[in-house]
Amino acid sequence: MGICLPNPGEAHINGVIVPEEKAYEEAAKQFLMAKVPTLFPGPLVLWAWNEKAAKKATAIRHLYNTLKECVQPGQTPMLIPMPDYRPKYPKINPEVEINPNHPNLTIWHNKIDCCMFIGVHCHQANLSLKIIRGGTSCYTIAMCAQAGHEDAMLSFRDASVEKIMKLADAVKRLKGSVKPRLTSAKHGA
Amino acid sequence: MSKERIKISEDLYDIMPSDYQDLVKSATYGKEDRGWKDIGNSKELIEQHSLCAGCPESMAFRYILASLPNPEDTVMVGSTGCTSLVFPMVAVHNIHSLFGNQNAIASGLKRALSVRFPGRTKDVVVLAGDGATVDIGLDMTLQAWFRQEKFTTICFDNELYANTGGQESGLMQKGFVAKMAPVGKLFDKVRLPEIARESGCHYVVQCTVSKPSLIEKVVRNAVMIAREIGPTYLQLYTPCILEIGKNSMEGLQEMRDSEKPTERFAYKEYISEPAKQLLAEVAAKDKEKKAAAKQLASQGA
Repeated sequence: MGICLPNPGEAHINGVIVPEEKAYEEAAKQFLMAKVPTLFPGPLVLWAWNEKAAKKATAIRHLYNTLKECVQPGQTPMLIPMPDYRPKYPKINPEVEINPNHPNLTIWHNKIDCCMFIGVHCHQANLSLKIIRGGTSCYTIAMCAQAGHEDAMLSFRDASVEKIMKLADAVKRLKGSVKPRLTSAKHGA
Repeated sequence: MSKERIKISEDLYDIMPSDYQDLVKSATYGKEDRGWKDIGNSKELIEQHSLCAGCPESMAFRYILASLPNPEDTVMVGSTGCTSLVFPMVAVHNIHSLFGNQNAIASGLKRALSVRFPGRTKDVVVLAGDGATVDIGLDMTLQAWFRQEKFTTICFDNELYANTGGQESGLMQKGFVAKMAPVGKLFDKVRLPEIARESGCHYVVQCTVSKPSLIEKVVRNAVMIAREIGPTYLQLYTPCILEIGKNSMEGLQEMRDSEKPTERFAYKEYISEPAKQLLAEVAAKDKEKKAAAKQLASQGA
């Protein structure tokens, strides 16, 4: 069975098309449940190609700060960049960056159990999401600037500054109402 | 053409790995007189590499990357071989081609860049080993030269297939016995510099990479001539120390020994008439600039 990508104004959760509003709630819930909720900004937002990219970067920082404010003791939100798509042999440092060709290493190393990709080009996001889905139990979210990602467990489409801020608002709204998981991805969450 | 094009988003600056921050802060993108002397004073366009300890190819890479006149607007095309292990660590746009296909890819790329960016200088530089350039890709190499494609071809000549264990290549010297070529080579080393000249290259140099200033000069010349006139070719001796039974520290001496006037890597250069004229013009402009700068400095003093 394949996954249809959402139309504008919609998102998908585990392949089921839902109104975008429902996806904000679910994504926020997943972040607040996770032991290590992590944002993975990619080259499209890390580099200030234009004003829009820089604004998205500001919104991502806001979302990260909101996560830090809203989680409970024992939860550790992270912000780990994917600066480019080089295979980076002989090694990368999973503490400080994620490599699209071996995303599972960073996820295992940091015990990440929920992550969101944003600003990653489609082909590399697809590759990374497939590897993560195949090799970890991490919940994947894609804040996609195009039509959405079938390989993410939850995917938005047409990402914008407003949508990132809306997600931050949803996190704030659900603060304190979601019970965090006690174990991380590595230990079989 | 400057660092304006590689700005990190302010709000995410602190999470960027330090090598990227260093590239933005102190790499020599946009510097007019960049060259090998920047090594040590600025961030190099090559991060750690995965070549063997003491490999002369790593020296060659560092000198070439330090010498490209326009790195932010250069695309390098690589091919299968030891060089392909380095490209992921290089902060210049690059494409990995199929084995031997590099000059065909570069031809299309150069033409596409000219159409896409008509008002901007875009350089294309092929960098491949001798297997890709002379054996598997000889057809593509020659056809690009016949068609007068405006890009530079650099061949790292280590005289065998190094990273697959030492098989015979067209550029191996006659009689050489390699690990995977136990009979010894029966034929002469292919004379690619001469073939390049006859195939229409406007600038051809054969040398070793023992002298950084020489590499800086020939790389700059090759790129400038390719940009304005037509194809150029550099054949650089980068011995595989493992395959010729040397130690890590002996690569430089091996190159020095091989570049003596009677040896096979004695410096060889060919410059076509239009290329000579261009180089003379460039030299005259540089001289003028230097004189003007000197005058300005003396006025200021």
